[in-house]
Amino acid sequence: MRLWLDALRLAITQLARNASRTALTSLGVLIGVAAVIAMVGLGQGATAAIEQDLSSLGVNLLFVEAGVRRGPRASLPAEPLDLADADAIGRQVRHVEAVAPVVAAEAQAAFGGRTWDTGLQGTTAAWLGVLGRELAAGRVFTDAEDRGGAPVCVLGPTVVEEVLGTADPLGAELRLGALTCTVIGVLTPEGENTFGMDQDDLVLLPIRAVQRRVVGSTAVSQILVSADDPEHMSAVARDVDALMRQRRHVTSDSAVDFSVRDTRELAEMLGSITTVLTTFLAAVAGVSLLVGGIGIMNIMLVSVTERTREIGIRLAVGALPSDVRLQFLVEAAVLAVFGGVLGVIVGIGGTAIGATVLEVPVVVDPRIVLLSVGFSAMVGVVFGWWPASRAARMEPMEALRHL
Amino acid sequence: MSDEPLLRLRGVARHYGHGDSLVRALDGIDLDVPRGAFLSFMGPSGSGKSTALNTLGCLDVPTAGSYRFRGVEVTTLGPKERALLRRHWMGFVFQGFNLLPRSTALENVELPLGYRGLPVRERRERALQALEDVGLGGRSHHRPDELSGGQQQRVAIARALVVAPDLLLADEPTGNLDTATSLEVMELLTRLHADRGITVVMVTHEDDMAAFGQRIVRFRDGRIEADEAVAGAGGAA
Ligand SMILES: Nc1ncnc2c1ncn2[C@@H]1O[C@H](COP(=O)(O)OP(=O)(O)O)[C@@H](O)[C@H]1O
Ligand SMILES: [Mg+2]
Repeated sequence: MRLWLDALRLAITQLARNASRTALTSLGVLIGVAAVIAMVGLGQGATAAIEQDLSSLGVNLLFVEAGVRRGPRASLPAEPLDLADADAIGRQVRHVEAVAPVVAAEAQAAFGGRTWDTGLQGTTAAWLGVLGRELAAGRVFTDAEDRGGAPVCVLGPTVVEEVLGTADPLGAELRLGALTCTVIGVLTPEGENTFGMDQDDLVLLPIRAVQRRVVGSTAVSQILVSADDPEHMSAVARDVDALMRQRRHVTSDSAVDFSVRDTRELAEMLGSITTVLTTFLAAVAGVSLLVGGIGIMNIMLVSVTERTREIGIRLAVGALPSDVRLQFLVEAAVLAVFGGVLGVIVGIGGTAIGATVLEVPVVVDPRIVLLSVGFSAMVGVVFGWWPASRAARMEPMEALRHL
Repeated sequence: MSDEPLLRLRGVARHYGHGDSLVRALDGIDLDVPRGAFLSFMGPSGSGKSTALNTLGCLDVPTAGSYRFRGVEVTTLGPKERALLRRHWMGFVFQGFNLLPRSTALENVELPLGYRGLPVRERRERALQALEDVGLGGRSHHRPDELSGGQQQRVAIARALVVAPDLLLADEPTGNLDTATSLEVMELLTRLHADRGITVVMVTHEDDMAAFGQRIVRFRDGRIEADEAVAGAGGAA
């Protein structure tokens, strides 16, 4: 114990004497540790933000889509869904509260000389309830308008602001590409989601209006299904799956050409993407920690050579080779831990700044902090080992002759 | 080890290099040093005095021959065991002082006590006492570059003696000092030898300094040329 305390005291004295060298050498470890902490912190923050977003969608929501997802974007082509599928789900599956088929399209909205590129959502009045959105003004389409594909629309606040300005939205005649529709309602604002997408930049239309007049097909891109109770979610999902298999004549698991997902699954999928990304970035950051370790090894080798005579003196007055090794090992470890602790501070600061910029919650995992400091101590010992052993192997007489 | 001398060398050789560049720094020396002796190694430059002294101090290992210290064969020991022998029985004084330049006199003297595992407070007390003993009580917080050569050498002597060694090895301890200071240092060494019964082996060029000892061993070309008592030395071994 006393041996260790002596070595620690000696290391601190020695490192304090070479303050600028100590600072520069530990900078390598500092950057490495800070990068690891910031990367992992931001990754976890992003995951948390996604989970928050999705949980605000509600826990009793299912998404039915054609095709099989092979990742976040890629999906294999498959027979599209149609309105009959949505109808069937609504009528045949127990515990379904509402079903909203959706077909999405892009269009330019124009009014009185102003234009704005926005997204069209062809759907039914059920869309509002399924996604938990509300109307700030006006009304939503009636059943008759739904069925007839009437040219009426409900606007997101962003579209109102960009195209209509101060004009009274209700009753306005908005042009959407080739289609002209009457504004009958305005949504309450929702803001951006985690990915920075404005959830208020959209125009809702009866789905048949979009199918006929914009996309020109009877395809439905997505069917949103809500259960009457979160507890019935898995039953609803199972029944929807069974119904869709039957309707699409799917006979084996490998032939399934649609997906039924709930928000938790979506969260897991997105979470696994951020985890992969985080792991990758943390690995890159870890490499910089190794580079920091090599910096320590380099400077320790220099230090051992410079202090050859000191080593000779110590060996002459009673140091064992193991005392000399301990001295240099502790010095390397202190150097690394010094960088590591500063790295933790900088890393947490960086996480906080990054989280503010990316608008995700600040998450600092204490395990990562401990791990980083422990890992940097290990880096010090591992990369200090060779220089320290070199010091310990010196022949006392040769060391003393060194100038 | 009943009546064996403290140091006993038989046929000790130390060679450097190979082939044409082979240097026989020591070329087979026999030497007995009894406990409590005060020896001087003399001889021309390059005759092997330092090599012999370093061998005695286990700082260097002979190429051939046998060296027994306190009855223990040293030539077969590893670096750790040799370090332990130095730690427990030996003190060194060098021509160039070999103090740690950035440490104070006190820290330099404390150094060997740290390796002996003494508590910090006891190190301090004993180091201060040792500095007192060599007449540097008031200089304990000076660094080597704030001390004269003679004072630095006295710090080195304090460092060697603070652990109460059996054997004190001094390689030209007055080599860098003027005559007056040299005499002071020699008087200090003689007094410590007399008061504490420490065995002293010293390398020197100067007859005046050798005269402080009891025996002079003369080296030439790596061999011992003569081994004689100092005239008038009381109680020569
Ligand atoms: N490390 C070494 N490598 C090669 N030759 C050496 C080494 N140390 C000493 N010698 C040679 O050994 C001989 C004796 O050296 P040394 O014992 O230092 O002599 P002295 O101390 O009597 O002047 C000299 O010729 C010297 O050059
Ligand atoms: Mg010499």
